Amino acid sequence: MQTSVRPAAATPGVRRAARGRSGQWAAWAFLAPVVLYLLVFYAYPLYRNVELSLRNYTVRSFVQGDAPFAGFGNYAKVFADATFGPALWHTVVFTLVSLAFQFTIGLALALFFSKSFRLSATLRALFLVPWLLPLIVSASTWSWMLNSDSGVVNAALGWLGIGPVNWLTSPDWALWSVIIANIWIGIPFNLVVLYSGLQAIPAAVYEAAALDGANGWQRFWRVTFPLLRPVSAITILLGLVYTLKVFDIIWIMTKGGPSGASTTFATWSYRLGFGNLVPSFGPGAAVGNLLIVMALVFGLVYIRVQRRQALT
Amino acid sequence: MSSAAGSRQVVGVGLAVLAAAGGLVACSPSGGDDGSTSGASQAAGGGTYTIWDPYPQYDAGSAWVKLLETCGAQAGVKVERTGYDTSDLTNKALLAAQQDNSPDVLIVDNPVVSTLAEAGVLTTTEENKLDVSSIAPNLLAAGQSGGKTYGVPIGANTLALYYNKDVLKRAGVDIAAVKDWASLTAALEKVKAAGKKGITFSAIGTEEGSFQFLPWFWGSGANLTKLDSPEGVSAVTLWSDWLKKGYAPNSVIGNTQTTSWQEFAGGEFAFAENGTWQLANAGKTGFAYGVIPIPAKDGGTAPAPTGGEFVSMPVQSDTGRYATSQKLVTCLTSGENSLTTTTTLSYVAPTEQVQARQVEQNPELKVWVEAVKAAKGRTSDDLGTKYPKISEPMWGAVQAALSGSKPPQEAMAAAQAAAASAIQ
Repeated sequence: MQTSVRPAAATPGVRRAARGRSGQWAAWAFLAPVVLYLLVFYAYPLYRNVELSLRNYTVRSFVQGDAPFAGFGNYAKVFADATFGPALWHTVVFTLVSLAFQFTIGLALALFFSKSFRLSATLRALFLVPWLLPLIVSASTWSWMLNSDSGVVNAALGWLGIGPVNWLTSPDWALWSVIIANIWIGIPFNLVVLYSGLQAIPAAVYEAAALDGANGWQRFWRVTFPLLRPVSAITILLGLVYTLKVFDIIWIMTKGGPSGASTTFATWSYRLGFGNLVPSFGPGAAVGNLLIVMALVFGLVYIRVQRRQALT
Repeated sequence: MSSAAGSRQVVGVGLAVLAAAGGLVACSPSGGDDGSTSGASQAAGGGTYTIWDPYPQYDAGSAWVKLLETCGAQAGVKVERTGYDTSDLTNKALLAAQQDNSPDVLIVDNPVVSTLAEAGVLTTTEENKLDVSSIAPNLLAAGQSGGKTYGVPIGANTLALYYNKDVLKRAGVDIAAVKDWASLTAALEKVKAAGKKGITFSAIGTEEGSFQFLPWFWGSGANLTKLDSPEGVSAVTLWSDWLKKGYAPNSVIGNTQTTSWQEFAGGEFAFAENGTWQLANAGKTGFAYGVIPIPAKDGGTAPAPTGGEFVSMPVQSDTGRYATSQKLVTCLTSGENSLTTTTTLSYVAPTEQVQARQVEQNPELKVWVEAVKAAKGRTSDDLGTKYPKISEPMWGAVQAALSGSKPPQEAMAAAQAAAASAIQ
């Protein structure tokens, strides 16, 4: 995503270098690939998704392309749906709880590894494993481990004398099970980004703090944390965007069940569009657009915060 | 990081999210009147006919693909076959129809036929001149709506109860005594008392869960048009009581039919509700097994839903292609070839003559042929595209009752309300 933006960022320089009309044309020529790319792969799909959500599609009108315009009918339908409230709540809980734990654990590990010790590189590499595994593998493994009857987690709890927990099949536990799996998957990302952020903090600052008599706790809250703030902000934003749309883990582990107990907007959107023999593309696209808006809102909040920081 | 670079990155990120979250748009844009793409693919070779099937497990060297090639050779054309994942095929077929780029022959799961027919994607037997007179009516019904027939069943499979002879013997259960729900539950009780596990099935929150629940639902005498009838509720109660009493494991709520089979293959379970397609695996379990039809509430065989695909001929802008396509379909589905096809795909044949010959070759199939005769299409009773709208609330209700979030009566009443409003 960053590489796609970079050529655009470079072009003002190019334009300034070559003046005159031919220079203008050259500038546009340089811009064309990225503009075309953005239009074809970002703008058009987005436009289509909005259009899909504003029309009343049946299988017949989908094939014949004459779906009547329905305005916000699909959105009204989605808002009125009994699934809407629980799905919204699950999405919020899933995202916030996942982020809080991923960030905290990731930061703790990053601090731990920033003190180089023997085998620290090896250990750090091991922590990356969840990130390297294909999601289908890790999610399937989690669902085996959490199986009510034959899962290793319940077997371990059994040795400790705790009765079996229906991790994936109880409405009280299903959401927490997928959150736990998602936290595990998200920790490496937080670890890596925060670790590199820590490397960028000059050692001299710590030395000065130590000379001033700051203890470890004070050094963290007064030096590390404020200096890490820009990196933390982007880590959390990326994590948020990534977590909002998590689909595979939930779908593989619980299919959003039992009876909707772990349904989020992402799985609901998929179920509407593809999970039924008769697809409802309109409402499915509407739910997808709600997710986009949620991510966008947080993106804008981030930009605002960044601007304010730059001003002060 | 400067603020400008930062916000640019965010925009980039934002766009990526949009693209990811907007994944639904994979559906293509062009209107139905764009004939150029189809022209290109159909003109190629003139004698090339495309076939799409949901059997990606068969590669180019398999007996199934060889059969397709033989049929093509007999019709004097070259066959170009593509195997898709079943869940993918419906949307692929709809998209292809949208671009007037449908395959000449399309093999789809039977409950999808009514959806594609409603979309106007499939030709009727009047148009394509396929002969369906010898096909068993209960199997053909899944491909019929509004008095028209949209394809030929290639074969059928259905559900029955596999049982583990060793486990039943140790529990002192005589399988001949299992004739209705009460005697089945009594058998499960004995099995549990003997320290083994009762029964496993799949109650997952997808169409698969409805598929597995239907034999009990129909076996109670309930009708899909009224989910919360006393009969319908009794079927859900049967399952939820089994879970409560520990006759069935809690994992059934998340089980697919494959994971349910793996539980049975572990050797601890007395019964498993599963399909014809597991027969080959049943021989590999290492214990003696048997199969009985699923009992109805008060005895007799419960109607199980039919599985298996229909061979259909999608609408083409060049109607001249139908004649050759019809030859291809007839080749796959009639007489001698039907025996080859169904044996290749391990299905029960859709005609009585071929069924008889299958039992002759393999007596193990007898119980399956009987189960298929009692079976019923999910979209039958002229439900057509209403079925999926009933099925989704139904599997939700089953999950709600089994997981204890709602009592059976309440769960089915809520499902009925949801289904009724979805159908309107």
